[in-house]
Amino acid sequence: MDWSWLPKYLPMLIQGVSITIQLLVSSMVLGLLLAIPIGLVQVTGPKWLAAIARGYCTVMRGTPLLIQLYLFYYGVGSILATVPELRQSFLWPILREGYFYAVLAFALNEAGYAGEIMRGAFLSVPKGELEAARSFGMSPWQVLRRVWLPRAVRNVLPTLGGETILTLKSTPLAALVTVVDLFGAADRVRQETYIIYPPLLLVMVIYMILTFIITRIFAAVEKQIPVRR
Amino acid sequence: MFPTVLEFGRNGFGDELARGALSTIIIAASSFLIGLVLGQFGAAAKLYGGPVSRLIANVYTTVIRAVPELVLILLLFFAGTRGISALGQAIGYGPVDINGTLAAILVLGFVQGAYSTEVIRGAIQAVPTGQIEAARAFGMSGSQVFFRVVLPAMLPNAIPGLANLWLVVIKDTALITVTGASAELAQMTKNAAGFTKRYFLFYFVSGCIYLAMTLISNYFLGKLEAYVRRGQPKLA
Repeated sequence: MDWSWLPKYLPMLIQGVSITIQLLVSSMVLGLLLAIPIGLVQVTGPKWLAAIARGYCTVMRGTPLLIQLYLFYYGVGSILATVPELRQSFLWPILREGYFYAVLAFALNEAGYAGEIMRGAFLSVPKGELEAARSFGMSPWQVLRRVWLPRAVRNVLPTLGGETILTLKSTPLAALVTVVDLFGAADRVRQETYIIYPPLLLVMVIYMILTFIITRIFAAVEKQIPVRR
Repeated sequence: MFPTVLEFGRNGFGDELARGALSTIIIAASSFLIGLVLGQFGAAAKLYGGPVSRLIANVYTTVIRAVPELVLILLLFFAGTRGISALGQAIGYGPVDINGTLAAILVLGFVQGAYSTEVIRGAIQAVPTGQIEAARAFGMSGSQVFFRVVLPAMLPNAIPGLANLWLVVIKDTALITVTGASAELAQMTKNAAGFTKRYFLFYFVSGCIYLAMTLISNYFLGKLEAYVRRGQPKLA
């Protein structure tokens, strides 16, 4: 196996790891923030809002992420490019980048999957606890912030850990819209040197290490939760 | 109102998309079946195998499930096509050109196998041992125990997981576009969108086709699950 390319491309690979992590964290955070209202309205919201949320989850989970990403990058991107005012605005340098569309697509996709998880999580919190919180005179917002949400999230932490790994495994799609993430860096090596296997194998090992680190982080967080046994 | 580019025939890409959708279904179904067969062997190796086969099965499921599908598809695609081509040369056939669809099926099937292994293993383990012992006590042979007791008892546990895998493989077929070697729906959409420059329209339509596939699958998988669960007490 030929590893002579490694010294030259090492900085690019390290940069790629950092971009992959940035992609993962930003799309997970945005996706989970969106998932909370999506899950909540399906449990307590008015019927029409619950129906919209359910439909959103079905569409996001029923279509390939690749198609969603291309729809945003090529579809929405090409429409935005026809608006001259936008092209001159300060937003254009962001709206031009594949990175922006990748985070957008990953976050919206993740919101669909996590919204479904959060729906179950909100349902799993015992009714008595919510009633107790209400009888203390907490406002609905306080009940949500102090009791309902923290209890719900704790119940599904292991599931969210698995979801984070799934999101990590979809981040290489960003390389298809010009982002040079970890996979993008390996692909660049392949294009420039015609060396196929060593970079892909190295990247494969790095993804496995990242997966391992994520499981460790979630295990540590789960340990923090006080449980009476 | 109906855009010309979506028409069937020479003026539009309707027939190309339809052929792509058909190809997607064929690729998904074949790789799902390959995955099922590999999953059977994997689960058998994990549950009843010796130390070596158990190790191989564990490495297989761990590595495949921890690495992004996109990376695996690219890696296995290059390695697979080259390997078979080299094999062809070695036995004197000359370089063999492997059909892109076939390569896609094999690669996706190999990936599916790792996930199926875990689903099937879990489902078999959930069958109460007492039932298997009872079957043995009746004097059933190994295959009789499997087909008469283990299989019907594990199906209700396995169907939801396998149904999920079927939905995953439909969506994973779209990843084959990175190899550029196949003519499934995502590739056809890419071609049509690039040719007409109507990106939004084509990706939207193709998203709708995928959605239709998953929704129709969901309907039948629900029926299937109800069928294998017949005779089980209903949950409150």
